[in-house]
Amino acid sequence: MGMLDKKYHDSNIIIVGLESALNWARKNSLWYEQFGLACCAIEMMATAASRYDFDRFGIIPRSSPRQADVMIVAGTVTMKMASRILRLYEQMSEPRYVISMGSCSNCGGPYWEHGYHVLKGVDKVVPVDVYVPGCPPRPEALLEGFLKLQEKITGETIIEKSENVSKKEQTNDAT
Amino acid sequence: MMQPEEIFEYVKEEFGEEGFSFSSGDIGDSWIQVEAGMIKTVSKFLRDDPKMRFNTLMCLSGVHYPKEEELGVTYNLHSTELKQTVALKVRVPIENPNVPSIEAIWKTADWHEREAYDMVGLIFEDHPNHKRILLPDDWEGHPLRKDYVQQDFYRGITTGA
Repeated sequence: MGMLDKKYHDSNIIIVGLESALNWARKNSLWYEQFGLACCAIEMMATAASRYDFDRFGIIPRSSPRQADVMIVAGTVTMKMASRILRLYEQMSEPRYVISMGSCSNCGGPYWEHGYHVLKGVDKVVPVDVYVPGCPPRPEALLEGFLKLQEKITGETIIEKSENVSKKEQTNDAT
Repeated sequence: MMQPEEIFEYVKEEFGEEGFSFSSGDIGDSWIQVEAGMIKTVSKFLRDDPKMRFNTLMCLSGVHYPKEEELGVTYNLHSTELKQTVALKVRVPIENPNVPSIEAIWKTADWHEREAYDMVGLIFEDHPNHKRILLPDDWEGHPLRKDYVQQDFYRGITTGA
């Protein structure tokens, strides 16, 4: 608040668009569902630790999908794990996002041809918002992934597009 | 400390010639070939005999021999007391891959035998928990067989690219 200190008194009113206020709040509190499946999880932990410090972006690890906004799939997704990932994704409340971290969860990575037990990309079971390449990606890369996700959230709107609205009205008229 | 050949002679004295052979192996370690039915009694003897004392099962591996249409198990034994090492091998036909479990003799064998079942499809008789160890229980086939063909879908999820 440093800059705004002592500038406002009595009535604390700031005029801002509802959407941008909501998006600003959402993008600065991205709580993530930890999904450490392989070596990428080590880099994810490093990103959360003091040197790279996720927390300064408001990014906090959660152990329950019900409290999480974004799921980081960090590591090799085996066929055995794929159905579990889908279940955990379904337990997250909307709006929800998925970051696919590392080559394995992007496309199968080194297991892409002969890995009979590996899912060839986590996007086969859940929709992915941001792909972070690398094997494993450095903490800077994961941070970049989060910045991209913030960009995406900033551009989101809660207002229905005008064409959708007019279509709805038409159907309402018809009934 | 005894060499594998000496160990073979010693075992032969105890059990007789029937069901045993010794291979020196052109590459790598030599081994003693044992008939599947005898593996349990031989293992017990190797563990308990004062001149053998093989108290450690270092490794148990399942093998697929596609030409012979056979499956095999390799047991690598080590005695920490007498500092001696020996390998045993067992072969069974692929249509009837039953091998007696040695889990009761060396507890190490519990998970190793489950892995051998999971990967090449050996069946270990009298194993206390005979199920897959790595792959899901409803997986089709045994992936380390040379003629393994991967299933296209697992629970509705594609396994291919």
